[in-house]
Amino acid sequence: MRVGVVTFPGSLDDRDAARAVRIAGAESVALWHADPSLHEVDAVVLPGGFSYGDYLRCGAIARFAPVMESVIAAANDGLPVLGICNGFQVLCESHLLPGALIRNDHRKFVCKEQLLRVDNAATAWTTEYREGQEIVIPLKNGEGGYVADEHTLDELEAEGRVVVRYLNGNPNGSQRDIAGICNAAGNVVGLMPHPEHAVEALTGPGTDGLGFFLSLVGVLA
Amino acid sequence: MARVVVDVVLKPEILDPQGQAIVGALGRLGVHGVTDVRQGKHFELDVDDSVDDETLGRLADTLLANPVIENFTIRR
Repeated sequence: MRVGVVTFPGSLDDRDAARAVRIAGAESVALWHADPSLHEVDAVVLPGGFSYGDYLRCGAIARFAPVMESVIAAANDGLPVLGICNGFQVLCESHLLPGALIRNDHRKFVCKEQLLRVDNAATAWTTEYREGQEIVIPLKNGEGGYVADEHTLDELEAEGRVVVRYLNGNPNGSQRDIAGICNAAGNVVGLMPHPEHAVEALTGPGTDGLGFFLSLVGVLA
Repeated sequence: MARVVVDVVLKPEILDPQGQAIVGALGRLGVHGVTDVRQGKHFELDVDDSVDDETLGRLADTLLANPVIENFTIRR
């Protein structure tokens, strides 16, 4: 089982994402932004960071990287794709997910251990969780405010496409406390918090994030 | 060759924390009466005459602006 992790110029969390993939029992495959080949991977992770320096808008330049043309086509054909933080922003800019991420309403960078509730445990990346399960994983962003028009928000809620939601206060002004969403098919998931930073007790608040990667391994097996 | 200007601003319903920060700073300058600021982006493109308006619209709509959260105007 091969899981690609894309590195853009400015990606920060690609190594942690690759490590989480390996801890979950899959092989991590490094994908490079300028190489359109997906090297026959079974899934792709778009990691956190500041691709292309966040120039123009977060994720706006990355969306046109050669590798993204292939990722977008494969995602539309059902390839599981997980976008974390900047990866979530790239997925929104790519229109693989609806809405956009804007600057935190309180204008400050936020870095904390964040309590979340899993609202959809049926996506390719969340089957290891129970619906309603509460988990703690790190959140760190300056532009994590999820916005979409009311119609889109209602549609996401009605179709159960809000995957994770913030609990104990909204850390960035996201509408309806949305921390992560999925596409209609459930193979593409994007979220602002970082599950890849919570896969080992030694280096994270716990191992609550490992479920995202174990879910994928289970779904692909 | 022509100079084309594209201005991009957040849609009115989208919160603009940077604009709010600027309003606060203006108050500290001793200037009162500025009640709101919306920050945007200004692009100047030098384009060949062969680039038509439809193409410019596509550039603005797909890369320079994110139509989910932003409006844009093009001046040729």
